[in-house]
Amino acid sequence: MKLVDSPSEVNPSDHPLIVFEGIRRVYGEGPGAVEALRGIDVVIHEGDFLAVMGPSGSGKSTFLNILGCLDTPSAGSYRFQGVEVGQLSSNQRALLRRHYQGFVFQGFNLLKRTSALENVELPLIYRGVPAEERRARALQALETVGLKGWESHTPGELSGGQEQRVAIARGIVTGPAMLLADEPTGNLDTARSREIMELLVSLNRDQGITIVMITHEQDMAAYAKRVIRFVDGLVESDARNGERT
Amino acid sequence: MLWNTILLALREIRRNLMRSFLTMLGIVIGVGAVITLVTIGGGATAQVTSEIAGLGSNLLIVTQGKRMGPGQRSTAPPFKRRDALAIAREVGSVASVAPVASGSVMAVFGNSNWSTSVTGTENSYFKVRNLKLSSGRLFTDSELRSGAAVCILGETVRNKLFGRRNVVDGKIRLGKVSCQIVGLLEPKGQSAMGRDQDDVVVIPLRTYQRRIAGNQDISLLLVSAREDASTERVQRDIRQLMRERRHLSPSEDDNFDVRDMKEIAKTLTGTTKVLTALLGAVAAVSLLVGGIGIMNIMLVSVTERTREIGIRLAVGALERDVLLQFLVEAAVLSSLGGLIGIALALAASVRLADVLDVPFVLNAGIVVVSFLFSAAIGVIFGYFPARKAARLDPIDALRHE
Repeated sequence: MKLVDSPSEVNPSDHPLIVFEGIRRVYGEGPGAVEALRGIDVVIHEGDFLAVMGPSGSGKSTFLNILGCLDTPSAGSYRFQGVEVGQLSSNQRALLRRHYQGFVFQGFNLLKRTSALENVELPLIYRGVPAEERRARALQALETVGLKGWESHTPGELSGGQEQRVAIARGIVTGPAMLLADEPTGNLDTARSREIMELLVSLNRDQGITIVMITHEQDMAAYAKRVIRFVDGLVESDARNGERT
Repeated sequence: MLWNTILLALREIRRNLMRSFLTMLGIVIGVGAVITLVTIGGGATAQVTSEIAGLGSNLLIVTQGKRMGPGQRSTAPPFKRRDALAIAREVGSVASVAPVASGSVMAVFGNSNWSTSVTGTENSYFKVRNLKLSSGRLFTDSELRSGAAVCILGETVRNKLFGRRNVVDGKIRLGKVSCQIVGLLEPKGQSAMGRDQDDVVVIPLRTYQRRIAGNQDISLLLVSAREDASTERVQRDIRQLMRERRHLSPSEDDNFDVRDMKEIAKTLTGTTKVLTALLGAVAAVSLLVGGIGIMNIMLVSVTERTREIGIRLAVGALERDVLLQFLVEAAVLSSLGGLIGIALALAASVRLADVLDVPFVLNAGIVVVSFLFSAAIGVIFGYFPARKAARLDPIDALRHE
């Protein structure tokens, strides 16, 4: 099974971007096993902006990791643009990540002692983008997140908000179909959080990037188009934000 | 992609300069030792070979007594001058024969004296041993016949007693004999066994026998066979002749020994080569140990950089990319070590060759081989840590603190 090379090869109207059917994820075995997800059904269409909420331990991070192909479900079906992810090898999943997804981690996960520019260039390196174009695109992404002039700074020299922006720039530099963000404002004060949310909203609106974001703040969830609540590994509610649709 | 990976590896190495250097050290020492030892060994072999060639071609040495084992000889009657004449006359394919009698003597000039070896022989000696004079002349027939007090000095004796002065026609005292110096030998340097070949005074055989030894004995005969002759054949004929002349019955062992210089040369170069190979092998083991050092550090590095690997995997690196990254890093580390080792070895070899007084014979093959070997070590010993890194589960790697 070979993945298609670009999103355009699959007509988006044929399939929703993402279909989760009865996704379960069990950690460990036997009596000590923990069931993080207990049967999730979610459909996400292209261009959506999803906020995932829920108490800690409700399975929202597991949900995001499975979405991002970093984790595999124990049972159920996950189709990405009609492709059954469960049948892909780990290499093919890496290719899917490489070509379709951007990931913004909780705690940024930037490479230490490496400049902002090089951090943002990283996904492009693995896509084999030539050095010059790579640099141009990374600079563009940094400019998009408002970090023009900070390219040569290492994470240690940046503030938390700036680090988060670098992480977002890294997530969007490849022009992904989907951006996954795990508490992108978790470490930031309100003003910085607002800026980040405005940024995500504009990425969703202007570049059509589908965004799935975990947050535990109601204020932040309000920026999204749709809010899903997890409780004990199940979807408790799934609703559109009236004021934004 | 590969170029990028190499740049990345170089950056990683620079980032941990001290550690990278210590990691390389094993390879540096290994490669350096192998190349230095092989180069010096090669120089020694070349020296032995040229030494033997300088002794004269097709040289046979006839000594009295039979070798009984290391350093032991059976006692036997010494040779006389007529033995030399008999060989020259009766054995075919002999170019010339030089009877040699030698001992040690105190050479005195003015206030300086020098203990040296004195060789009593005839003019054929210079031909057989391939010796040339840098000034002066050989002995005349009448000097040889009458046992005149004349001598030819070696370079060392000249230096010790006269310095750089011209010595031909000067006088020197050998023991109790006052000699006129008629010639000076061209310097030959050290022999393969480390003896100074210029520390010698040559006088006519008769002079030695009469005035220094006080007997008619000859300790050895140097025989040179003709260029086209088979030395084995000449060797056999001499043996036959000497057995007859010494009246040995078929049941008796030889009480003399005929040796072909070529055989000695072969044995000597063989020994040097074996020694070189042996030392090289020992040095190669240190290369291996260097490789294990690299593996060790790379394993530590993988653990340390688990999170980084997780990030790389999460942004789209394939297992292959991570494998390549660590493999290239190990290979670059060991190749750099190899290059440094080569540089150090070349410097050390030139210096050592100078100190040990052997020619500097660079073996380009061993330089290339040890460089490739060091790079290969990086790949081989880097593979295990690299695979460990590549097989990490991205989610586990990201959670690693």
